[in-house]
Amino acid sequence: MSTRRTFLIAAGALAVVLRPNASNATPAMMQEAVRKVVGDAQIRKGKVTLDLPPLIDNGNVIAMSVSVDSPMTPTDYVKAIHVFNEKNPQPNIISVTLGPRAGRASISTRIRLADSQTVTAIAQLSDGSFWQATSDVIVTIAACAEEIS
Amino acid sequence: MARAVVTVPQRAKRGEIIEIRTLIAHRMETGFRHDSYGRPLARDIVSRFVCTYNGAEICRAELFPAISANPLFTFTTVATESGTLEFKWTGDNDFTLDATASIVVE
Amino acid sequence: MIGGAFALLIVGLLRAGGAGELASNERRSGYDFMSAQTRAMQDDEAANPATLWLLDGESLWVRKAGSADVACAGCHGDAANSMKGVAARYPAFDAELGRPVDLEERINACRTGAQGAPPLAWESHDLLSLTAYVARQSRGQPIEIAGDAKLKPFIERGRAIFERRQGQLNISCAQCHDENWDRTLAGNPITQAHPTGYPLYRLAWQSMGSLQRRLRNCLAGVRAEPYPFGAPELVELELYLMWRARGMKVETPAVRP
Repeated sequence: MSTRRTFLIAAGALAVVLRPNASNATPAMMQEAVRKVVGDAQIRKGKVTLDLPPLIDNGNVIAMSVSVDSPMTPTDYVKAIHVFNEKNPQPNIISVTLGPRAGRASISTRIRLADSQTVTAIAQLSDGSFWQATSDVIVTIAACAEEIS
Repeated sequence: MARAVVTVPQRAKRGEIIEIRTLIAHRMETGFRHDSYGRPLARDIVSRFVCTYNGAEICRAELFPAISANPLFTFTTVATESGTLEFKWTGDNDFTLDATASIVVE
Repeated sequence: MIGGAFALLIVGLLRAGGAGELASNERRSGYDFMSAQTRAMQDDEAANPATLWLLDGESLWVRKAGSADVACAGCHGDAANSMKGVAARYPAFDAELGRPVDLEERINACRTGAQGAPPLAWESHDLLSLTAYVARQSRGQPIEIAGDAKLKPFIERGRAIFERRQGQLNISCAQCHDENWDRTLAGNPITQAHPTGYPLYRLAWQSMGSLQRRLRNCLAGVRAEPYPFGAPELVELELYLMWRARGMKVETPAVRP
C-alpha cells in the first residue's frame, strides 16, 4: 500500500532529523529557572524539608511533601515554596504562594520525574531570604517520554 | 462528572491549623509525549490553583507539566471563622473548575 | 532467529522446577509488592484518584437511561446492599449465553436488556466508572468463584491459556507469575498476578483501567497478539485468575504501578 510505504519512509526521515524533547533538559536550565525566582540572592541550606521516596514504583506518580521550619506569624512567614528538577524536559515542578494564614508551611502533591535526579525545593521567606533542600530520587520507570499503552 | 474531591474538616476550633486536601480529574498532558504514530500530543495541563477563605486568598499555586495526572494538592490554613472555602483551578484550553466547602469554626 | 535465542536466554534464567499452583498460604496480593507511598494512595479515599471514577459511577447508577427510561437503581435500589458481594463472584456463568461473562459484560447486558440503552464501550469512562462503583461494594469481601460443573470447563480453558507459552518471547504467564514472582523484571517486581482490585488506577496508565486492558498489556509484553476486548479468551483468563485468587479479599478500587 503506497500510503503505508510513504509513511514509513517519512518516519524514517524524521527519525534522523528530530530527537524527542525529553533529552534537552539540563542542570543549566534548572539554574536559569532558579535565577528567575531568586535573582542574585544567596540560597542558604536549611529550614526546608523535602520528602521524596528514594526509590519509586513509577516515575509518573511520586508522592512529594515540602515543609519549612517557620512560625508563620505576620512578621515571620514563608512567602513561597518553589520546587525544581534538573532532568525533566522542563525545570519547574510547582510554585506555591503562602502567607501567615497557612499556619504551617507544609504542602504535598504528586509529581513526575523523567529520570533519576536531584530535586530542589527553595523557600522564600518574608525577610527576603532564600533557603533550600535537595533530595535524590532513583527512577527506573520514567515519566514524560513513555509510550501510551 | 466528578471533577473534584475536596477534603476539609466540617468543624474546627478557632485558631486550629487544618489540613485541606484537593484531588481533581485532569490528564495533565505534558506536551512531551507522542502517540503510537509518533505524533506529539499537545500540552493540556492545569496551570493555576487558588483557594480563598471567605473571600480572602489563603493559598495559590502554579502547576507545571511535572505535576502528575489527576493532581493531588494538600496544604494547611488556620481556622479563623465559620464560612466557605472556594477552590478554583484554571489551565490550558480554557479549563476552569470550581469547588466549595463549608466549615464551622467554634 | 533472535526471538528464539532471547526466549532460550529467559528460560535459562527462570527457576527450574515444576510448574504448579501457588499454595494458598503463599498467595500475596499485588498490594504487598508496592511501595509504602503507593499503598497509602490506595488506602486513602481522599487521595486515591479512583475516587473520581467512583463518584461518576455513583451518578450513573441513579441516572435513567434507554428506551425503558430506568436507572440501575430502579431495579437494584441501593448499590451498597444489592451489589454487595457481586464483584467477588465474577466472572459468573450466564445461563442464556451458556458461558461465563465478566462484570463489564454483565453491566452491558443490563444496559441493552433491561434499560434498552446502547452498550457502554470497552474502557470508556462510563463503563469503568460504573464497574468500579459496583465492584467497590465488594471491597473487603473474599473472592468466591465456585468450581462447579458449569464453570469448570471454562476455568480449565483459562488455565490452559495461563500455562501456555505465547508470543515472540515464548513465555507463559505461569513462568513469571507462578514460578518467578518476587523477582524483578525491568525495574518492577513480578507479582503473583491476582486480580484483586479491578478496575484499578494504574500509575503507568495515569488512569483507571480494566483487567482486560491489563491482560492485553501483558500479552503485548511477551510480543503476542493481544486478544480484542470482549474476546472469550480474555474472559476465560479472567475467570481462571479470579478462581486462582479465591479467598483473597477484593480491593477495588486498587492502585498499582
